[in-house]
Amino acid sequence: MKNDVFIELKDIYKIYKMGDTEIHASDGINLQISRGEMVAIVGKSGSGKSTIMNIIGALDVPTKGEYILEGKDVSKMKADALAEVRNKMIGFVFQQYNLLPKQNLLDNVSLPLLYAGVGEKERKKRAMEGLKKVGLEEKWSQLPNQLSGGQQQRVSIARALVGNPSLILADEPTGALDSKTSREVLDLLKQLNEEGNTIVLITHDNSIALEAKRVVKILDGKVLFDGTAKEYRNEIMANNEISMA
Amino acid sequence: MKLWQTMKLAWLNIIGNRMRSFLTMLGMIIGVASVIILVSLMESMTNEMLNSYADMGVNNITVEIHGRNGNPVLKEEDIYDYVEKHKDTMLGATPNITFTGSVKFGGKTKDGITVTGVDESYIKIMKRQLQAGRGITYSDTAIRNKTCVIGSYINNTIFNGKAKPGDLVYVNGEEFKVVGVLKEESDSSEWSKDNCFYSPYTTVAKLAGMGTISNYLFFAKDSKLVEEETKNLQRYLFHTFHSTKAYSVTNMIDILKEIKNQQKLMTSVLAGIAGISLVVAGIGIMNIMLVSVTERTKEIGIRKSLGAKRKDIMRQFVLEAGTTSSIGGVIGIVLGAVVTTKLGSVMGMQATTSIQTALVSFGISAGIGILFGYLPASKAAKLNPIDALRSE
Repeated sequence: MKNDVFIELKDIYKIYKMGDTEIHASDGINLQISRGEMVAIVGKSGSGKSTIMNIIGALDVPTKGEYILEGKDVSKMKADALAEVRNKMIGFVFQQYNLLPKQNLLDNVSLPLLYAGVGEKERKKRAMEGLKKVGLEEKWSQLPNQLSGGQQQRVSIARALVGNPSLILADEPTGALDSKTSREVLDLLKQLNEEGNTIVLITHDNSIALEAKRVVKILDGKVLFDGTAKEYRNEIMANNEISMA
Repeated sequence: MKLWQTMKLAWLNIIGNRMRSFLTMLGMIIGVASVIILVSLMESMTNEMLNSYADMGVNNITVEIHGRNGNPVLKEEDIYDYVEKHKDTMLGATPNITFTGSVKFGGKTKDGITVTGVDESYIKIMKRQLQAGRGITYSDTAIRNKTCVIGSYINNTIFNGKAKPGDLVYVNGEEFKVVGVLKEESDSSEWSKDNCFYSPYTTVAKLAGMGTISNYLFFAKDSKLVEEETKNLQRYLFHTFHSTKAYSVTNMIDILKEIKNQQKLMTSVLAGIAGISLVVAGIGIMNIMLVSVTERTKEIGIRKSLGAKRKDIMRQFVLEAGTTSSIGGVIGIVLGAVVTTKLGSVMGMQATTSIQTALVSFGISAGIGILFGYLPASKAAKLNPIDALRSE
């Protein structure tokens, strides 16, 4: 199933108008992602990686171009249809975890199922399984602020997994964590990928990007590099050598 | 998302912000309580009034002859004839004339007593019961006896409750003999049926200096017949006088209807004024909900990123506003009902809040919450998920 392409970005443009000038946050991006891949999208701030993440995550639609997700053209969808896509097909992991502070872990994890219309009993059962998977089932009744950052991020991963999405989209998942917990979270994501989940990792950090199997580098709204992690490592080293020379 | 889930969520948010929720409700509580108090007191007053009017007899039809010079007059024999001819529907009729005077017994004098002149049938028709003595008789009216039958209010206030047949009282200086004492029929208060002083109508007419009798009271057999009989009397009187200006025919039912209409109008005006406070309360709710939407932009972003549709967010905030104002409404209803009862007892009447008033108030408070919650909710629902997620 390796070459089963299910995410396809065709010539994606996202253009913002600022007075008279047009800003091309995405400037003709083409990208294909197959099921089971773990792809890092790397770029500096302002490179346009957030824009492409928003489009892949169905939070936004492109100005021009097509985004096909599992055979569905997402690029022309209206707000509620996009919400449905986010609910059923995408699991988000955010830098700031984005857990609801007044709800316990179980309720937080079951939130996507609530909007999917899953019954209460089934919801609790699946949310509990999700918490178990990230090793936090004992703490199900606690509030997010009673947990460490790494634990909160694991809860948000459990939440991303609970609806069995086609894609897990992790936006700087280690951005707020120390190196030890970052390692744990990255290992968890890698493990989930081994289990067959497709993961797209958005990061500004080359060392994090190298944890993925494939790296896509974005600069000025364009794809600058697309290859394996190994190739990307060589690319960086080459550039460093050139700059050092 | 199911409605029940959304309601649970709304409830959690309300109790999660207890102080703020209570302050938001306060406007609604005060507004609803004041509407409840005003409407309930008004209704209770109306009911008291209607009851006391109804006490006077809903089967009665009053005929007043304005009789101008040269016009034919209506004599007692005429009305008895009329009743005889309509005996299927009419119970009877009596001259009914009054004057106000001072009544003196022993060392006690009481002013402003209404002396009512009636015939021998009156006490029986009105189903008044005697505690002692007898009623007015035919011979009393025939020879203008200065006799009287008194009610318990007169008995209590002038005779210290010890009136008995044979007592002599002075009405405007004229000596009257008490021949009968009536049993208490309502509560012996000044505004009840127990405030009565009956004498033969001929005697009263002479004392008041009336040449002819101009006021008659007719009794229908049933209150349902009153309207029809009022028309019959009007027809009969027109036939006699050939002018509608020479007489007037009124009945209690018309008066009661008129009072009801007046009170309804009055109640709606008052409720309308108090209702303005409900609108103010609604604006307060809208205000807080707008603040709440701004504060919870991040939460809205999170919910949207996880798949909440516009209608889910919309419902959450509308229900939160509706629940807040409904709870305020319920508290207001309870508070209003309690204050109504207390005020009623201070004012010396039995004041209660009707279920109807309570239900309507509840409906209005819930409706206002939903109405004024709509704008903030739609603001929340329209938020762009990316911007919402970015906010702190």
